[in-house]
Amino acid sequence: MYKIGIIGDRESVSGFKAVGIDVFTCDSGEAASKALRDMADDGYAIIYITEDLSEKIEDDIDKYKDVMLPAVIPIPGKGGPSGNGLRNVSKAVERAVGSDILFGGGK
Amino acid sequence: MERMNVNPTRMMLTSLKGKLKTATRGHKLMKDKRDQLMKEFLDLARENGRLRKEVEEKLQGVYDSFRLASAVMSREVMNESLMYPKQGVELSVRTKNIMSVDVPEFDFKTTAKDPSDIYAYGMAGTSGELDKAISDMSEIFPLLLELAAKEKETQLLAAELEKTRRRVNALEYVMIPRLEVTIKYIQMKLDENERGNQTRLMKVKDMMLEEAIEKKIAEDEAAIREYNKVS
Repeated sequence: MYKIGIIGDRESVSGFKAVGIDVFTCDSGEAASKALRDMADDGYAIIYITEDLSEKIEDDIDKYKDVMLPAVIPIPGKGGPSGNGLRNVSKAVERAVGSDILFGGGK
Repeated sequence: MERMNVNPTRMMLTSLKGKLKTATRGHKLMKDKRDQLMKEFLDLARENGRLRKEVEEKLQGVYDSFRLASAVMSREVMNESLMYPKQGVELSVRTKNIMSVDVPEFDFKTTAKDPSDIYAYGMAGTSGELDKAISDMSEIFPLLLELAAKEKETQLLAAELEKTRRRVNALEYVMIPRLEVTIKYIQMKLDENERGNQTRLMKVKDMMLEEAIEKKIAEDEAAIREYNKVS
């Protein structure tokens, strides 16, 4: 059985606890990248991460891009969507097609 | 395109021709795979973008609800209320195969007995706003899972597509032209050898003929001399 977890600042992620998602509160990039690594080793299939943190540890997240599990998914934090999540999708398009033909360069 | 460094022999020619055949066939297959993957991927990416926008929007609503709840309740009470969730999630992962790419499919089961009763606290001391926030959260939860599955699928397909695209290009612009050039080179070399051999044979034949003729002339002359002597 797999688990679902979320990494983010306290205010953004505390509510996710109510639906059974495991919450890891991190404020710095280093703490987040450590949490991400621990979670990936610990049977988490889906790891949500707030966009501002995901920006800081992009390299760590990229490591999990080509493996099936875990799925590391950036979601907007309390400050609203920063566009980083959508930029990720457009980056995937760019990687696959050669240039982003769907989302107009992640704007 | 520079040719490969091989010995121009007939055996090498045969093996290279076989290789070229395989490469051409592989190229066609890869190209078909790439086209199909591209189709799947673009649909998926579009869907992913749409879903993401929807989730981002709804998540804002949930954050607003929580912010409202935290405004009317003290921080301690709120933390306490959220501390021991009633609902757990069990996630099972199956794999789905899209064009030879394994992508995960998530299936979740909540462990709460009654899906409407996910509030892990008593009525006293907490506000209705918190209830609303939590019910909003549980509403978008399936969407969040769908987003996770879609996004992972997109990433995995993107990786595969990139690989396939590279392979197609490598075959089309490197492997196949190089093989063709090398095959041509060997063929020309072999033809050249063939011509060389032909000429040599003709030369030898000429020399042998000349020898035979000279011998014949010498014999004839000897015979004539014999005849003159006798008469």
